Amino acid sequence: MSDVFLTLLLTLDATLRVSAPLVLAAMAGLFAERSGVVDIGLEGKMLASAFAAASVAAVVGSPWAGLGVAIIVSCGFAMLHGFATITHRGDQIVSGVAINILVGGLTIILGLAWFHQGGLTPALNNESRFLSITLPYAQQLAFIPVLGPIYKELISGHNILVYLAFGVVPMVWWVVFRTRFGLRLRAVGENPKAVDTAGLSVIKLRYKALLVGGVLCGIAGAYISTAHNAQFTRDMTAGQGYIALAALIFGKWRPLTVMLACLLFGFLDALAVRLQGVVIPGIGEIPVQFIEAAPYLLTVILLAGFIGRAIPPKASGKAYLKER
Amino acid sequence: MNLIMTDTFAIELTDIDKRFGAVHANNKVCLQVKRGNIHGIVGENGAGKSTLMSILYGFYQADAGQIDVLGETYTFTDSHQAIAAGIGMVHQHFMLVENFTVLENVILGCEGGALLADGLAAARKELTRLGDEYGLKVDLDTTIDQLSVGLQQRVEILKALYKGAKILILDEPTGVLTPQETEELFRIFNALKQQGVTIMLITHKLREIMSITDQVSVMRAGQMVAHRDTQDTSREELAELMVGRKVLLQVDKKPANIRAPLMKVKRLTVADSQGINRLKDVSFELRAGEVLGVAGVSGNGQTELLEALSGITPMTSGSIEVLGFEMDAKNPLTPDRLRELGLAHVPEDRHRMGLIVDFSASESALLGYHTDPKVNSGIWLSNSKVEANCQALMTAFDVRPADPQLKSANFSGGNQQKLILAREMERNPDVLLIGQPTRGVDIGAIEFIHQRIIDMRDAGKAVLLVSVELDEIMSVSDRIIVLCDGEISGRINTADADERTLGMMMANALDPIDPLQTMDDQQAFSKQESNQVSSQVASQENKL
Repeated sequence: MSDVFLTLLLTLDATLRVSAPLVLAAMAGLFAERSGVVDIGLEGKMLASAFAAASVAAVVGSPWAGLGVAIIVSCGFAMLHGFATITHRGDQIVSGVAINILVGGLTIILGLAWFHQGGLTPALNNESRFLSITLPYAQQLAFIPVLGPIYKELISGHNILVYLAFGVVPMVWWVVFRTRFGLRLRAVGENPKAVDTAGLSVIKLRYKALLVGGVLCGIAGAYISTAHNAQFTRDMTAGQGYIALAALIFGKWRPLTVMLACLLFGFLDALAVRLQGVVIPGIGEIPVQFIEAAPYLLTVILLAGFIGRAIPPKASGKAYLKER
Repeated sequence: MNLIMTDTFAIELTDIDKRFGAVHANNKVCLQVKRGNIHGIVGENGAGKSTLMSILYGFYQADAGQIDVLGETYTFTDSHQAIAAGIGMVHQHFMLVENFTVLENVILGCEGGALLADGLAAARKELTRLGDEYGLKVDLDTTIDQLSVGLQQRVEILKALYKGAKILILDEPTGVLTPQETEELFRIFNALKQQGVTIMLITHKLREIMSITDQVSVMRAGQMVAHRDTQDTSREELAELMVGRKVLLQVDKKPANIRAPLMKVKRLTVADSQGINRLKDVSFELRAGEVLGVAGVSGNGQTELLEALSGITPMTSGSIEVLGFEMDAKNPLTPDRLRELGLAHVPEDRHRMGLIVDFSASESALLGYHTDPKVNSGIWLSNSKVEANCQALMTAFDVRPADPQLKSANFSGGNQQKLILAREMERNPDVLLIGQPTRGVDIGAIEFIHQRIIDMRDAGKAVLLVSVELDEIMSVSDRIIVLCDGEISGRINTADADERTLGMMMANALDPIDPLQTMDDQQAFSKQESNQVSSQVASQENKL
């Protein structure tokens, strides 16, 4: 019994770690799409900032410096996306995909040129990574049945960025639904003309939203290379940007449900690791590929009818042209 | 100070000039609007009214000229400044966020602080006060998509007043309203006027200009051509000023010579993709030699009716007998087949269905008739014949410019419409279905189109005319059916109809009519039935 409980706790613990970048990226996507800009470049921005964070941390020796540069790089790509799609009204999908492809190649080339390790960045030592934090009394309270292990294994022992990722969610909710910026953000994604005729700048609002998304993506990228791992490897984001987008649709563009969707995808991912090689009676060994594909299958199946219609912000995907 | 203030105009525009490329949208336009007046601005499409108002609202910047608002000179570079100067605008297409509440929509852009809670509470108080003062009641916590069009418009007005508007500009405010809603709107105008609000009303409905405004200004081709006190002018004079020549507002027509029915519609029901019935149990007959008008507020099943009758949308149940052929849900006739039988259809939305805007005029003029041997040689479509065909249509319907190679998009709305009408009418169909023939069409072209419809009727054809313009329905049709929420909510002979009765029918304020009762109306609606309608109106009035 306690073994099963512990296994469950460890799986959930892994779920949190795997979900953290998804949550951050999905929140970034939430800002962008709520403002009317589809951001398929989440993937590229995460990858670029993962590379930037690992490079800077390796050279400078500080994860915080890495995080700072990661955010700057991610915001730079967010502004590039904005310049192409908001200022010049380019196609948002094309621009996002272009960023993904660009970053995919650029990180490898720069990695090769700078570090000569086949596209990898140097492995980071503990001083240049974000390390796990043991919360106070985790060891001492572990004897309390149920709650003790939950506190020790599940809640304690993550790095600061995991706590940040989950702390961001209620903040995003509060910003989107309780502040002036949030009201304008939601309005500009639904009916930019209403915003324009109210004397507000559609363009400025959309850039601001992308900038917030850039910051969140930067943190997500830094997490992947300097907290969850200890170096940058090629294509290390491995489609998490797309999963975040799926979670965004799945969660109907609302922060709390989006977080739950991220946790569900993270759980399947953690389960996939757990179930490797495990033989289930009557079924046999579950192919890893199947479990790895599960989040995508789940998205398709659930979106196809189980969660009701997911209605995106009405103006999302459309460039705003002032006209009469 | 006060003495000077009372003398100044609410709005004074001097020599406003604006060009868009080669188009001179506003040419040295001058306008003076007195404080506390209702000032109408009329003009045909493209006369420059909307451009002028957009300049006044800071949406565009004028190339030259001066804007004075309440005695002070301004240069607006965005709408925010115009709002601050006391100008509020209610656009033709409402600028509302549909999934926001009324309250959220109103405070957008003037939230009163970075956090919403205080702003919302303050706005709630202020809106309740405004609502009481002007009789603009609306539930503040409903989302916009739950409100009727009339109430949405009220939200727009509230929005402007909340932002401190002393001058209210309304662009075609009555286009989407029932006559009753229009009356209510005019009552609000008068209440606002009492409180010293200046109102500028942009419209093409001369009847409304005459009934509500104090002054009226007329624009034509980018210029201001006349200013009149409303009491010193007439609809006829205004129409002449707008078009630049004499215009017949009333269609000149002989009594109809109604003959055998060419189309019998029995209990027609049409459901949309979500299974909701857009048309319910609609039955009527369309006879040779008559124009049957279909009135109703836009979106009450007119589109579905036209598309079902022309074979585009499948029926759910019921049957249609057309020109001796029967069709029902199981045995539909394709639009193509119907066209061969002699049924022509002029769609409601000329851009969506009437023509392809990227095609040349000659190609658009051929849509649906491309297999005609007259324009084909063997397997080849003959370009010269296609253009000759278009040239002939253009001559017959006076389409300008008469250039078959010009892209369809580059014609004005009226000329696009004439091209479509020419395409469908010149084939000499026996049954003609027409949707919104004069939407966005200039007065001059309206006169022409109406005359052509009457000519069809007099040639013994059956015409079904769907329009949201009551004036059009009443002047062109011989009998009228009214659609409300997909059902026929009224049937009346035009001779017995007035705007008020039709308005009641459009709002379905009369008792519902049994669909079976009127199934076999052999002669045009019996006098008895229309008497019944007017007595129902009378009893409604008594209740009020």
